[in-house]
Amino acid sequence: MASDQVTLLDLWASPFGMRVRLALAEKGVKYEYSEQDLVNKSALLLQMNPVHKKIPVLVHNGKPVCESLIIVQYIDEAWKDKAPLLPSDPYQRAQSRFWADFVDKKIYDLGRKIWTEKGEDQEAAKKGFIDSLKLLEGELGDKPYFGGETIGYVDIALVPFYTWFYAYETTGNFNIEAECPKMIAYCKRCLQKETVSKSLEDPKKVYDFVVMLRKKFGLE
Amino acid sequence: MAEVKLYGFWPSPFSHRIIWALKLKGVEYEYIEEDLSNKSESLLKYNPVYKKTPVLVHGDKPIAESLVILEYIEETWPENPLLPKDPYERAMARFWIQYGVDTVAALRAFYHGSGEELEKAAKELLEGLKILEEQGLGDKKFFGGESMNLVDISYGALGYWLAAVEEAKGVKVLEPSTLPRLHAWAKNLDELPVVKENIPASDKMMAYLTAAMNRLAKN
Repeated sequence: MASDQVTLLDLWASPFGMRVRLALAEKGVKYEYSEQDLVNKSALLLQMNPVHKKIPVLVHNGKPVCESLIIVQYIDEAWKDKAPLLPSDPYQRAQSRFWADFVDKKIYDLGRKIWTEKGEDQEAAKKGFIDSLKLLEGELGDKPYFGGETIGYVDIALVPFYTWFYAYETTGNFNIEAECPKMIAYCKRCLQKETVSKSLEDPKKVYDFVVMLRKKFGLE
Repeated sequence: MAEVKLYGFWPSPFSHRIIWALKLKGVEYEYIEEDLSNKSESLLKYNPVYKKTPVLVHGDKPIAESLVILEYIEETWPENPLLPKDPYERAMARFWIQYGVDTVAALRAFYHGSGEELEKAAKELLEGLKILEEQGLGDKKFFGGESMNLVDISYGALGYWLAAVEEAKGVKVLEPSTLPRLHAWAKNLDELPVVKENIPASDKMMAYLTAAMNRLAKN
């Protein structure tokens, strides 16, 4: 493993990229971080992800893996001797996959609608978003993390979106902590872990990024 | 061995995926037909988040979402493996399974569309399938190589289901002239005993799809 060449093609603000950074940190894998320009896509990005032309892409010894949750599963399997990210029991694994998929289906799309839509559409997105967080709170229950005593696959799927909550709240004019205090407490608990705090970006910087995007899309 | 139950909906390709996987693994199961216009207490109990089929219940433990169920089946009954062993090859298989989620969205648009929207949906479906054929399937007989695997299972709707919808709409997308290798793949898939013996009869499928599309058109 010492001769492994690992590169991550990423965009600093991407919650999907943060998932991969967090998984690599949990496994203690050394890698080269390569910031990508998604307006003028590099030849490397187009070569490594010809189908979707998106980040994140993990390049391991020259071979690309695309799609954040697929990358996280790959990382778990390729570096299997340390810090398992998925449970070993097939039923628990299925539950982890179900909830990570739920995060993919709900949190990103609804969050995006909050900062891109207005009026009724924005209100509907806010409600859907809060309802989804409440379902996740229910699934978390009394556990410190979705993975139990340690961070796991669902935590990795979800917690990067915390860096976008401030942007959602400010553009959507609502308070997530008031509606979902347990979720916020959970996110802050995760941030106490060094692997998480060093993999996640500053929410204020993310908000500035969203403001820039809104201006660009003519939404401000 | 705890008992296995599958809550399904007979015309749905998502349910068919699970049937094929269970059959390929030689797993005995009880099939329970759900009336989606009148969902059972059991379905609502076992899939409170989405309230959809298919749901697999093993012992008393439910699993929802067909792709999650497929991975569970693969891990619980490892005989006759349906995913590669090598982590990189597994990641590539999962990539193409995930690509299929976009394909399903395009198939839905094709199914729901009429007039100009149908033309647009057909065009987008074709473009998406070209990428699948070129970069996913390539020159292989099946996505799994010489035999079908989870990737083939996940694309099952491109065979019998798409053919029925194309006939109902009078628009063809998957043809030897436009997608030669994928068209051949679909024919090979539909000929496999596990698929052939575990899909609805084509006339029943046609009747259902035609009625469903007429209902959609009325709304």
